[in-house]
Amino acid sequence: MSQKDGPLSSCRVLDLTDEKGLFCGKMLVDLGADVIKIEPPGGDPCRNVGPFYRDIPDPEKSLYWLSFNTGKRGITLNIEVSDGRRIFRQLVERADIVIESYEPGYLDSLGLGYSDLSQINPGLILTSISPFGETGPYKDFKASDIVVMALSGYMSLSGDPDRPPVRTSFPIAYCFGAAGAAAGTMIAYYHRELTGEGQWVDASAQQAVASALLNARMHWDLNRVELKRAGPYRVGLSAQGKQLINFRCKDGYVNFVMFGGKTGAKTNRGLTQWMESEGMGSDFMNEIDWDSFDMARVSQDDFDRFEGDIERFFLTRTKSELYEEGSKRGVTIYPISTIRDVFEDPQLEARDFWQRVEHPELDATLLYPGPFVKCSQTQLRPPSRAPRIGEHNQEIYHNELGMSPEELVMLRQAKAI
Amino acid sequence: MTSKEVFHDVKVVDFTWAGAGPITTKYLADYGATVVRIESRSRPGLLRTTPPYKDGIPGVDRAAYFGIYNPNKYGMTINMNHSQGMELVKRLIAWADVVAESFTVGVMEKWGLSYEEITKIKPDVIMIRTNMQGHTGPHCRLPGTGVNLVGISGYAHLCGWPDRLPSNPYGPYTDTIAPRFGAAMLIAALDYRRKTGKGQLIDVSQFEAGVNFIAPVMMDYFVNGRVANRRGNYSPRAAPHNAYRCKGQDTWCVIAVFTEEEWKAFCEAVGSPDWTKDERFSFFLGRKAHEPELDCFVEEWTLNRTAEEVMALMQAKGVAAGVVETSADLHRDPQLKHRNHFWVMDHRELGSFSYFGQAAVLSGTPAQPRMPSPCLGEHNEHVCREILEMSEAEFDELLVEGVFD
Amino acid sequence: MDEQRQGPLSPCRVLDLTDEKGFLCGRILADLGADVIKIEPPAGDPCRNIGPFYHDIPDPEKSLYWFAYNANKRGITLNIESDDGRGLLSKLVEKAHFVIESFPPGYMDSLGLGYAQLSQMNPAIILTSITPFGQTGPYSRYNASDIVEMATCGLMYLCGDPDRPPVRITFPQAYLHGGADAAVQTLVAHYYRETSGCGQWVDLSIQQAAFMTTFNASWFWELNKINLKRAGAWRTGLTSGVLQRQIWPCKDGYINMPVYGGVLGARTNRLLAEWMDREGMSDDFLRGIDWDNFDMGQLTQEAWSKIEELMVRFFKSHTKEELYSEALRLNIMVYPVSTPKDIAENEQLDSREFWLQIDHPELGETITYPGPAVRASLTPMLVRKRAPHIGEHNEEVYGELGFSRDDLIVLKQSGVV
Repeated sequence: MSQKDGPLSSCRVLDLTDEKGLFCGKMLVDLGADVIKIEPPGGDPCRNVGPFYRDIPDPEKSLYWLSFNTGKRGITLNIEVSDGRRIFRQLVERADIVIESYEPGYLDSLGLGYSDLSQINPGLILTSISPFGETGPYKDFKASDIVVMALSGYMSLSGDPDRPPVRTSFPIAYCFGAAGAAAGTMIAYYHRELTGEGQWVDASAQQAVASALLNARMHWDLNRVELKRAGPYRVGLSAQGKQLINFRCKDGYVNFVMFGGKTGAKTNRGLTQWMESEGMGSDFMNEIDWDSFDMARVSQDDFDRFEGDIERFFLTRTKSELYEEGSKRGVTIYPISTIRDVFEDPQLEARDFWQRVEHPELDATLLYPGPFVKCSQTQLRPPSRAPRIGEHNQEIYHNELGMSPEELVMLRQAKAI
Repeated sequence: MTSKEVFHDVKVVDFTWAGAGPITTKYLADYGATVVRIESRSRPGLLRTTPPYKDGIPGVDRAAYFGIYNPNKYGMTINMNHSQGMELVKRLIAWADVVAESFTVGVMEKWGLSYEEITKIKPDVIMIRTNMQGHTGPHCRLPGTGVNLVGISGYAHLCGWPDRLPSNPYGPYTDTIAPRFGAAMLIAALDYRRKTGKGQLIDVSQFEAGVNFIAPVMMDYFVNGRVANRRGNYSPRAAPHNAYRCKGQDTWCVIAVFTEEEWKAFCEAVGSPDWTKDERFSFFLGRKAHEPELDCFVEEWTLNRTAEEVMALMQAKGVAAGVVETSADLHRDPQLKHRNHFWVMDHRELGSFSYFGQAAVLSGTPAQPRMPSPCLGEHNEHVCREILEMSEAEFDELLVEGVFD
Repeated sequence: MDEQRQGPLSPCRVLDLTDEKGFLCGRILADLGADVIKIEPPAGDPCRNIGPFYHDIPDPEKSLYWFAYNANKRGITLNIESDDGRGLLSKLVEKAHFVIESFPPGYMDSLGLGYAQLSQMNPAIILTSITPFGQTGPYSRYNASDIVEMATCGLMYLCGDPDRPPVRITFPQAYLHGGADAAVQTLVAHYYRETSGCGQWVDLSIQQAAFMTTFNASWFWELNKINLKRAGAWRTGLTSGVLQRQIWPCKDGYINMPVYGGVLGARTNRLLAEWMDREGMSDDFLRGIDWDNFDMGQLTQEAWSKIEELMVRFFKSHTKEELYSEALRLNIMVYPVSTPKDIAENEQLDSREFWLQIDHPELGETITYPGPAVRASLTPMLVRKRAPHIGEHNEEVYGELGFSRDDLIVLKQSGVV
């Protein structure tokens, strides 16, 4: 096996997901699997999600679709008709993994649930991704990104206190869910490689997002304290107050988190000296012995005061000035990058993070994020173009399954592909 | 107030014969145009001498085939070889907005009535000429009828059974294609003329019009090199899809099942017998692969029912089905009755006769039956006296001269 | 001159909501110069799944059926089942001259888009509704397809071999008759509107349009109580005597030559007999026939069989091409039974420059189409462009209504277009 092929290079995945799981398939592609995206005959409805290439709303120009389906092959198939289900079963015989994100029970109702599929292929791994899981009181709830962000506890911790809780503007709940599903799939795959046994992976987006809340939940569990949203402030470190972590600067915002004691001493001292050397020193900060600084003993008034001093200093400098000079001085100041900043980030650039992908149908080359991790022995696959609607119908149906052109025409006319 | 007879101000001199030509001018006549047919007693024209005849007795005024395409039109007989006959014809042309003809190439020219010559009489005239293969090209002079054309335009090849000789569809099939395109162009040209004062020449090759109804078949040949063939009643989009024998002598009903939903409904309609649960029939490709066997099962069921029952049972479940209607069925068809498809008018020789109307109901200006088809030369006097406003003496002179053939 | 090249209907706009039951109507209006806007559901018209397909690739942008009958039209997507969609349609109707549709009777009414409502938006509008059996009546809600129309219009009963079921023409015709007739009826209404200012509703029945294909057959019943029957390669309905044979096998296919009696057939019959004689394929009986007085009605079966036998042998010794060339030279009525290949190679069509080359840049080539069905000296029917892609003219058309690209993205994502 070539090192370039990736660890999953002998693995075939049938990807029946929608927005709730596209990213899972993509991660498996990056790991080297042959992922076949299965769409309904007219194309997946997700292709109507923007933004669009040059703002042209067209199912082959959705940048959302293009990002989350890199490297997959694409076929059309209608599993709601008998002919479609027959073909699907034939494909399952030759597959290792099936990922799907239908409503719980839907595949069962079509005779394509785990018990059915495992009879066709005992080693099959079926990964089902849903908002709340395949069972339980919420399993049939209608969901969307904002609903999952709310029910996972994430939203209650985000946003300004004097305004409603807020979600991340670009929907990420399903990315969490899908990534969690990918991890679960890999675990099942590892087990299969050892034992030959397949299994059913039941991934919940709500759980995936809730796991990202770090220690917030423990404040309730241990101390019955409900953390609240605090905008640019940070809560949950000190029982006493909130700590500003997002500061305005000359051309945007930067993130500076102050830690107490030995953890923060170097950076805190560095900042204090820097401010002083620029003639914008803070009397309060100059007085502090940073090595023994205890955040728990600082009053809210004091926090406010030296945070004000810090912000006044930051306002005289740009994000990149603060970032670069801060690095040199050992002060951990990070830019709050805009999309453009991310794009121009020298670190990402140095690691060849951005990859160019040809789009002959657009007569353009687009830049995509590269693989999510680097490994020394097994390279992850660089991204390649997402499939057009039905792009690989011929390859799969004709070349692999041996169907004739006449049969394909009949299947199209019967709305099966 | 505008007359509800749409073409009340349109005047047509109609030299057409056989099917395609008169069908074209019938569109204008049914909607109110004044159409004057020019015929000849010595050469009465094919349809006046083709059965069926009233009571089976031949006669130029007893032929249904002529009658059905010519209600709402006047009929004259004029000897075109007589100099005064030709004068009369030219006078009619001067009166007309439209001149229509469907002779073989050269006939109008022989009479000095080519488009160029007619425009000298009436500069803004619209002339519509319809024939088998057009007025130009190496084959344009070959005589023939629509029945010949069906073969050369591909329709015979595409009708019938793959293991048998081609079947000609009934009659001069392409005669039902060209008139629709011709009439569309004619009405557009009339509208254009009303706005600009300009007439023009419309040239209809029935061959070319006919090929337009098999355009995808031709493109399949050009693009894919495929020579399509007849395949009985099969369709690549549906199964079951055939004509099934029903109870009685030579009675049939067609059934057409396209989608999975329709298949389920069909199975219900036939009472869900065991064969409908056969795995081979449970999916579309399976039904296609075993179509002859499937058809046998279906026909076992239809044989016990009349065609009308089969249609009703299927339609009740939302499955497309229809009686293969015989001529008798057509005259009894309740839907055609509802649409007043047949116009009954009294004709001197044909008696109480069913003409047929237009396929559409226009909410404001529907087509109307105004008068039955003309007997030969029936309106010689009417046209001369009432339409051309000739005096009695003038008309009598023409009569005496033998102008009215 | 320019105006003429644009076509007689060039100032008119047509909103084309038809499916296969009415494509040809819009196509004819477009060929006459109207601006026909094909309106499809957001995912594209399901009739794009009708074959044959370009290179047998079943793809909604490769259907040759779609290409043929939607050439010359522009294309937009619109979901008229949504309130927003209906709002957009109303705006379009205000500026349109024709609306053509082929939905089941009552459907447009149920959406508030029936003639009563459309004529309130635009009193001069002409609405042409094309349905299998008409808007009202006992069959008006029946499901139909091509074979059902061909059966119920009476043509099928008259076609095919007597010892087999009635047969339809293999390539579906009924909807083309309906569409073409609808175009004529629409123009009648248009002619009336141009002087009166009044629009109206054109209610077309495909069954009635297709009825025309039975010619005089049903009058054998009305006048003589004879139910004509199918006769395969023979001709029914001329005489009560010997059946007239129409189709004859030849060396490489078939020819079409009905034997006519009397004046009509005399010349052809005589010259054909002489030709057969020249090739030594005649006999005394044939040589002795007086063709000027040859009466099929009086012919005995025995006499006919003799003639037929000689002709069969003669035709079988020649190809289609040989027989037709000589027929042209002699000017007699002997015609080939053309296959599509024969039609493509037909000299007459070629010399009249019948075939058009239409550019398909998306396929990287031009495709050959049949040319206009009729020719006109001043305002010819012109085929200006290929059929539209899905949503190809959304920007253009909705732009006229004042919608920006951003608006279109919103409309696309919410399923309105």
